[in-house]
Amino acid sequence: MNPFITHTGIVAPLDRANVDTDAIIPKQFLKSIKKTGFGPHLFDDWRYLDHGEPGMDLTQRKKNSEFVLNQTPYEKASILIARENFGCGSSREHAPWAIEDYGFRAILAPSFADIFYNNCFKNGLLPIVLPNETIDFLFKSIYANKGYVLTIDLENQFVVMPSNEKISFQVDAFRKHCLIHGLDDIGLTMQHSKSIKAFEQDYYQKNSWLL
Amino acid sequence: MQAKTLYEKLFESHIVREDAGTYLIYIDRHLVHEVTSPQAFEGLRINHRPVWRNKSILAVPDHNVPTTDRSLGISDPISKIQVEMLDENCRHFGLTQFPMNDNRQGIVHVIGPEQGSTLPGMTIVCGDSHTSTHGAFGALAMGIGTSEVEHVLATQCLILKKFKTMEVRVEGKLNKGITAKDIALALIGKIGTAGGTGYAIEFTGESIRSLSMEGRMTLCNMAIEAGARAGMVAVDDVTISYVENRPFSPKGEAFEKAKAYWKTLHSDKDAKFDKVVMLNGSEILPQVTWGTSPEMVVSIEGMTPDPKNENDPSKRKSIEDALTYMGLEPNFPINQIQIDKIFIGSCTNSRIEDLREAANILKGKKIAQNIKLALVVAGSGLVKLQAEKEGLDQIFIEAGFEWREPGCSMCLAMNADRLNPGERCASTSNRNFEGRQGQGGRTHLVSPSMAAAAGIHGHFVDIRSLN
Repeated sequence: MNPFITHTGIVAPLDRANVDTDAIIPKQFLKSIKKTGFGPHLFDDWRYLDHGEPGMDLTQRKKNSEFVLNQTPYEKASILIARENFGCGSSREHAPWAIEDYGFRAILAPSFADIFYNNCFKNGLLPIVLPNETIDFLFKSIYANKGYVLTIDLENQFVVMPSNEKISFQVDAFRKHCLIHGLDDIGLTMQHSKSIKAFEQDYYQKNSWLL
Repeated sequence: MQAKTLYEKLFESHIVREDAGTYLIYIDRHLVHEVTSPQAFEGLRINHRPVWRNKSILAVPDHNVPTTDRSLGISDPISKIQVEMLDENCRHFGLTQFPMNDNRQGIVHVIGPEQGSTLPGMTIVCGDSHTSTHGAFGALAMGIGTSEVEHVLATQCLILKKFKTMEVRVEGKLNKGITAKDIALALIGKIGTAGGTGYAIEFTGESIRSLSMEGRMTLCNMAIEAGARAGMVAVDDVTISYVENRPFSPKGEAFEKAKAYWKTLHSDKDAKFDKVVMLNGSEILPQVTWGTSPEMVVSIEGMTPDPKNENDPSKRKSIEDALTYMGLEPNFPINQIQIDKIFIGSCTNSRIEDLREAANILKGKKIAQNIKLALVVAGSGLVKLQAEKEGLDQIFIEAGFEWREPGCSMCLAMNADRLNPGERCASTSNRNFEGRQGQGGRTHLVSPSMAAAAGIHGHFVDIRSLN
């Protein structure tokens, strides 16, 4: 996993609420048995005018010029901003894989769906929850200044605006630690295998019907 | 002793360790399907990690499997690879799997309970958001991502924070024809698709107690559509008699011992929830979604909304976009919406009771001329066999439905079953997102009897008005 310390990038405005993981990566791409290569199909139904299938020649496909990621300078964006309940629906981790593979490192929204939020941290992607008014203010700033850039400082938990003003955000200490150091949490849990074995011994004694 | 909620009892009995509010939680049952597991198994292989507890796993292919003649195999080569990969991973790691041609194969959230693999008091995970279904048994069940699937395979544990607790109390007697699906949609209409975010929901009250296990599963299944990762119902006699004598459930003395424990799985009388939501069961009408999110729902007596009446610009735009996508005008009566296809199936509504409910409406009737396709996809091979034993298959076939093999099918259209652009479907599934049932497809979520009735009439009708 790529560590996340600070990141500066163009912010793409996806002005929608309830962006679901079916929209982020449509089902036909979930047939892949790999973790990579989903970026070209991120938001496939919105990004292209034709129906996408795995293995298609992307250069032959017609792009939807009305979709934000097909507009200059947002094709180069690495921070995404959206409205409430981002990432709702299916638990598919292919959604954060696609967002990360496209080149995004952070997502700003007033709220995220639980499973998606959790999945982001496992993939070097930082979801940031900000108050509705702040998100609204940022949308307006982006619309007023094409190519609006933000800096995200995870260590100090700040989003830094071009004016140098800082917006603080909350993030769980354990998740922050893992993200900053790019840690694989399976390795961390394995360090507690003795505790797991001790738990099992006691647990199956009490709940013997589960053996 | 401090009064506890059911969620707290389940959570606390599985704590391996705690570190500043981050818990390592032991997992009893891990359900696995072909779509969200290959990358997790690959991770184990790369890192030379074994599966911690093979016995905890039950695997089944469901998302990609064809619902037509299976002797022909899977025609889509990429789907085929994914299903074969699950076979291979189960062989390699020594896991129990019901492969595609086993008559116990079916949707993972149908077969877990059917086999007694889902038991009260368990922590249950699966790389699938609708894992909340299993909470119907007084279990803590939740959907996880693929990284977490790998984590549970390797360590038998999940890293979790405590959820907040929400009681959804539904009092009153449900009206005739009102089902768990209507309760779920009415709740989502009230609290929104993010209303349950960060919470574990416990459903309580007279209306809930009166539901069968199938109904409780439908309700808990939809908890995720309200944003809650887990939904649950306390254990009672209905739970215990459902669990008894299933292939994987404990037998004899072990069952008696388990039963004594299971009976403690309810919220204590004075337990405090972080939030309480009340619904009056006797006021719930048949529900139909009109838009592209499960919260865009009204009763059969209602109309599509008028964006002009919405002051919040962001919400107004959502309504406008949804009406455009759905091809509907504002203020359009729900019972005049014409349907092209009917889908009865999915982990929400494909159990035997759902099929009985739909067949009851269809008996001796035929689907309307404007219905291009009507599908019934049983939740499992065993549900299908049971339905055939009861003659339900004949009722569906005579009415003009296709009687298919079990799987997820047109709920998410990963196999060949899908809507074409612009087609409108009355569906018993759980998500009406844009493109969910096929690119450009338009989904209306309803109960099995409402879907069946829409099939006969070619448009939505109030099932209460039928004989």
